[in-house]
Amino acid sequence: MTRLPITKTPKVYVGGAFIRSESARTYPLKDAAGNFFANIPQCTRKDVRNAVEAAAKAGPGWAKRTPYNRGQILYRLAEMLEARKADLADALAVGGASKAAAAKEITATIDRLIYYAGWADKYEQVLGNVNPVASPHFNFTVTEPMGIIGLLAPEEAPLLALVSLIAPAITSGNTVVALASTAQPYPAIVLGEMLATSDLPGGVVNLLTGYRKELVPTFATHTHLRAIAGVANAEERKALKLGAADSVKRVKLAQAEEPVDWFSDQAQSLYELRDHLEFKTTWHPIGA
Amino acid sequence: MPTVTSEKKRPAARSAGRPAPELIFGDLWEYDPSPETADPRLKARYDHFIGGRFTAPASGKYFDSINPANEAKLAELAHGSAADVDAAYAAARKAFDTTWGRMPGRERAKYIYRIARLLQDRAREFAVAETMDGGKAIKESRDFDVPMAAAHFFYHAGWADKLDYVAPGRKVAPLGVVGQVIPWNFPLLMLAWKLAPALAMGNTVVIKPAETTSITALKLAEIFQDAGLPPGVVNIVTGFGDTGAAIMTHPVAAKVAFTGSTEVGKIIMRSLAGTDKKMTLELGGKAANIVFDDAPIDQAVEGIVNGIFFNQGHVCCAGSRLLVHEPVAAEVLAKLKNRVKVLRIGDPLDKNTDIGAINSKEQLGTIERLVATGVKEGATMFQPACKLPSKGYYFRPTIFSGVSMSHRIAREEIFGPVLSVLTFRTLEEAVEKANNTAYGLSAGVWTDKGSRILKMSTELKAGVVWANTYNKFDPASPFGGYKESGFGREGGRQGLLDYCKLA
Repeated sequence: MTRLPITKTPKVYVGGAFIRSESARTYPLKDAAGNFFANIPQCTRKDVRNAVEAAAKAGPGWAKRTPYNRGQILYRLAEMLEARKADLADALAVGGASKAAAAKEITATIDRLIYYAGWADKYEQVLGNVNPVASPHFNFTVTEPMGIIGLLAPEEAPLLALVSLIAPAITSGNTVVALASTAQPYPAIVLGEMLATSDLPGGVVNLLTGYRKELVPTFATHTHLRAIAGVANAEERKALKLGAADSVKRVKLAQAEEPVDWFSDQAQSLYELRDHLEFKTTWHPIGA
Repeated sequence: MPTVTSEKKRPAARSAGRPAPELIFGDLWEYDPSPETADPRLKARYDHFIGGRFTAPASGKYFDSINPANEAKLAELAHGSAADVDAAYAAARKAFDTTWGRMPGRERAKYIYRIARLLQDRAREFAVAETMDGGKAIKESRDFDVPMAAAHFFYHAGWADKLDYVAPGRKVAPLGVVGQVIPWNFPLLMLAWKLAPALAMGNTVVIKPAETTSITALKLAEIFQDAGLPPGVVNIVTGFGDTGAAIMTHPVAAKVAFTGSTEVGKIIMRSLAGTDKKMTLELGGKAANIVFDDAPIDQAVEGIVNGIFFNQGHVCCAGSRLLVHEPVAAEVLAKLKNRVKVLRIGDPLDKNTDIGAINSKEQLGTIERLVATGVKEGATMFQPACKLPSKGYYFRPTIFSGVSMSHRIAREEIFGPVLSVLTFRTLEEAVEKANNTAYGLSAGVWTDKGSRILKMSTELKAGVVWANTYNKFDPASPFGGYKESGFGREGGRQGLLDYCKLA
């Protein structure tokens, strides 16, 4: 008799724990062949709020880590992905990715993490500066993380796009609440397991799965989210911007109508980091 | 963390129980009037400035610009309509496509340098016009607004041919036509803050000054003509909120920039929600000015006064919440009251005047309402017994003590000469109180200890932190807020990046 394999119950990674939706709702995920694969948590508005709370708790500690330490943790995350490439390939295959396509997406994802890991202790030197003011002050501008960032991953490139959005946000000390691809949520489930073993403190990255229509309004209006980024269609962009006005949230959304090439070098940049930074200028007196 | 400075570090006089020597201001003599007499060279009527020409409004309608110091009519201003805004955008688009957008940076630079120099040439004339138009004391428009406006043009001019250094690793390109709306508190200076980086980057502009303070903008248009600035590079449309809305929502605008209240900022965000326009907002504030027990107290008192009474408190980054360390709270408050008693309130054109006129009747009403709320909610009010001119809009410098964090005067932006005094015991409490606001524009820290300055600067959620000083500005120093104080920066390298796209 053949052995029946143990299937994994998909859970989302929130606040450093693997949880089901508080609503106990799921939606069925089928594999590329159309067979039942697993039940995916259908997260709710309450799940978004809980995730924001977890992100808020983790925020100050993460922001206070040294840039060197954050860089090493991102590098460690890349190590975790590298070691579990096979798992990620299987996860991408659920969505129909060929072996070659999966391998390409996985290596690009790992390289992206390495790219941002390297920025952790350098971006400040490029983005900040000392300002030559016309008074006896040592005037300098430094960056600070914004706080909690809401991220909306696109439907395509379910691993690479998600990581491309998360990495620049957390490199500088932000924490994130990210909504994974609805159609291809499984890579995000597996990614959570790697986040959990990467030395990244719980709550820094919170991953949700579910329906965008249900969750976008809460991303739009939750006042503790200081910024919204990712990919959205015209209707979502309008809703998110309308909601953002209530608390003057920063919004940086790519258009879902115009597919982004997540593999290109343009998809990774110092300016993706900058989008989640505030600039603080200090006037320090010079004198005895 | 104990933050009370050890007793031996206190000045000898105080630790020996003797009162510290006090500055005596007194009212032993009367000041003679000392009005600034330079001719502001005002015209009776100002049209829009569109396509390099002064242009009558399509509607033919004008409104009066009033001198808030004496309620006298200064000039008539064109009431802008959608048709005027359309014409302005068409002129700006044409200038972007045919002249300004194609010009090498080194040539753009020369025009902007010219503007700076011509403004310096006419500095006193502009200062008088600014004071008559907005009500601010002449010593401020003369020594701050106008020279700082010129400095902004001069600083940004030099960037125009060095844009490769603005965004390392990327090429930058101008956005196109930028729509801008500015407030009435620093009419000429805000104009310079908005125009200089936009022009240096190669954008063209449609801008609306505030309806109560449009005159210096149109006087600057005369300088644009004298400088030979190509037609359409800067277009000025005057009018009210509806004109501003037409500028913000115009389809040709690639980006909009607004300085004003958080309330209007949110309305603009909503009105642009369906578009992909770029946006920067510089909105309100409720800044904490934090005085530790080791601060140089006399210097701090001057800084507190400057922080809240500068420009009648019509300053988005005003230090409107004074947080005083408990050990020195009584001393600071006593000295502050003494200092405020001798502030001179009155004719803004008088060179001895410290506090001029409130910008408009409407704003005076807002201040009066919020001050009444402060009294009603139980805070203790102090106002000096000074005489106010019989005509014009004036408000006495006001200090509320015994204020708690939940009082409206500690939470809402008053935008007037009204200070709320709160106290704290530990550094952590100061940080908690300072950050407990929806705003995050600026903060002040007064202490003798450099490491404490840096600690506070790290903890405060504000875009600008002044240490042992307040309300300092410089074109090289980026300015802008956290949270509901807006986004984007003005000034410095960071400010330029908000006016370009990355290739």
